[in-house]
Amino acid sequence: MSGPSKYTPKSAFARWLERRLPILSFVHDAFVAYPTPKNLNYLWTFGAILSFMLIAQIVTGVVLAMHYTPETGLAFDSVEHIMRDVNWGGILRYAHANGASMFFLAVYIHIFRGMYYGSYKEPREVLWILGVIIFVVMMATGFLGYTLPWGQMSFWAATVITNLFSAIPVVGNSITTWLLGGYSVDNPTLNRFFALHYLLPFILFAIVGLHVWALHVTGQNNPSGVEVKDIEKDTVPFTPYATFKDALGIGVFLLLYVWMTFFVPNYLGHPDNYIEANPLVTPPHIVPEWYFLPFYAILRAIPNKLLGVIALFAAVLIPAALPWLDTSKIRSARYRPLFRKFFWVFVAVSLGLGYLGAKPAEGVYLLFARVFAAYYFFHFLVLLPILGKREKPEPVPESIAASLAVPGASESEEGRVHA
Amino acid sequence: MREFPKMRARFMKFSALLAGLVLSVGLSAPLCASESEGPKHEETPRRFDWSFAGAFGRYDQAQVRRGFKVYKEVCASCHSIKQLAFRNLGEPGGPQFSEQEVASIAASYKIKDGPNDAGDMFERPGRPSDRFPPPFPSEQAARAALGGAYPPDMSVLAKARGYSRGFPYFLLDAVPGLAYQEQGVDYITSLLTGYSDPPEGFNLPTGQYYNRYMSGRRIGMPPPLSDGAVAYDDKTPQTVEQYAKDISAFLMWAAEPHLDQRKSVGMGVLAFMAVFCGLLLFTKRRVWSDVHH
Repeated sequence: MSGPSKYTPKSAFARWLERRLPILSFVHDAFVAYPTPKNLNYLWTFGAILSFMLIAQIVTGVVLAMHYTPETGLAFDSVEHIMRDVNWGGILRYAHANGASMFFLAVYIHIFRGMYYGSYKEPREVLWILGVIIFVVMMATGFLGYTLPWGQMSFWAATVITNLFSAIPVVGNSITTWLLGGYSVDNPTLNRFFALHYLLPFILFAIVGLHVWALHVTGQNNPSGVEVKDIEKDTVPFTPYATFKDALGIGVFLLLYVWMTFFVPNYLGHPDNYIEANPLVTPPHIVPEWYFLPFYAILRAIPNKLLGVIALFAAVLIPAALPWLDTSKIRSARYRPLFRKFFWVFVAVSLGLGYLGAKPAEGVYLLFARVFAAYYFFHFLVLLPILGKREKPEPVPESIAASLAVPGASESEEGRVHA
Repeated sequence: MREFPKMRARFMKFSALLAGLVLSVGLSAPLCASESEGPKHEETPRRFDWSFAGAFGRYDQAQVRRGFKVYKEVCASCHSIKQLAFRNLGEPGGPQFSEQEVASIAASYKIKDGPNDAGDMFERPGRPSDRFPPPFPSEQAARAALGGAYPPDMSVLAKARGYSRGFPYFLLDAVPGLAYQEQGVDYITSLLTGYSDPPEGFNLPTGQYYNRYMSGRRIGMPPPLSDGAVAYDDKTPQTVEQYAKDISAFLMWAAEPHLDQRKSVGMGVLAFMAVFCGLLLFTKRRVWSDVHH
């Protein structure tokens, strides 16, 4: 939002405060008067869902930290202490562990929505890149948090992931030793991972602030991909319209979250993580949390360790280049017949990589992981640049209001379009 | 653009190829699983009925009590259960023994305590606040006594075991109505009933036993149960299969003592959220009723 505020303080106190700190007008402009395109579908409630999940993770996490002990000899037992002896501790821990999964589920839907509707295109490049940074920090936070219960998977996932840095030529081993605070995952590692796991969500919170700020400067994209032309005809004020729609979106999402937390809390976990970490016993299959699986599949698809690590990080970061890789001037896949199909192929390939990441890297699994990993990069690096130039788009509506019109309906009646 | 139909044809070919690839992954996955499945690989655990399965499932108090008896008389001689406290036995949603029963169970154990004022460690009868003492003072002592084997702690064993259900069944395991969370107890029950003589030509080292559910079909634990080994007070059959189910139910409770409470609170939360979502839906519709979209 730019331009002078439309907020007028009503009480004497509000006028007094407004002259000293214009926080009321800030909140009013950002969350009350802020114009939102009226054609947003429920995929646009995932921003609010993600904000809710971040707060939920911080609240449950802070309480869990009050009862957790980051010491290798005590960590596993302190988690069981939470499960058994802390009032509502089991529910808190399950809410936090499943909350991480719900957070990632929501962020993946949010990212794919952005890809489908071209939300990364001019002028939303910075907004999009901030989003990719948020995703990376989320991954770091999730990985660090998974180490804390100090189960077998915690320990061995930490070992495998920190070991990736040793692939860096010359300084790799020094970096790994520096990260671990020793030559293997041990008490110094657990201590710093706990400290960082507590720190990163607040950094995340700050970047989310920038993300929302950038969003309020450019305004939201919408399913038609057409910019707002007429505030009156194309948008509705954030409150009450978007607030209630977001609340409903959060509510329905919470039904899933509640189901996972209370009824199938260990579904997304691994049984081995209920075995205390043992540096002398390697589990037969080391599997990361489900939300890392597609990237894990890409890492293992490449026979060279250094190249595998590069591919892993490239796969995570390449979406940041989308605003420049996608050469099409049309934002929304609605009007891009070919892109629309390739988008779903890309979704299928991503899910396929996720499946393969959970399988042993051998035989057919490895072969398909290689094919899919190659396609993943092909989609970004070859397909999108060519598609934007070659594809013949379908006609794009003139405005958001026009995109809502059905043929034959008149555009009269106070500029409202009946659909 | 004249390129368009050509690209479309190319796309169709490509997507058909891709669909073929995806399909063949799905089809070949079970194939290559069975390829490598020689006689050495373990069998998939059997499925049993559990009172605590499903959204409305709760522990069967009588079964958990029987399971505790099996634990005390059979498993406890080798397996520790260090996270469990005697007081847990009296809590609701478990065996729920009376206060006196819990106190007398606790008192039947010797707990190492100290040092006292003279600086000496001493043994005293257990109190409800104590946790179950381990059968061996250290892992080394256990291994020395048991021919090198180290029996795992049983506190969370029922959650620390499981088996892969494979695609697409694992997707169904989270679905309301079909949810399947009992892989661990099914595995343990199967294992306890999975002993037999090894097939001809199976290489079984001394001190190992043949068990068709154990990874590699070799296990260090001798068959722990036999018909009639534990006397039940009621008319429950005193068979290996019944013992196996009862001890598994007890282990599930030990691993997840607040399961009953979690599920009943969850039902309340779910009901509240469903009603709340309904109200939100109507409010949202009302709010949006003047916007046509």
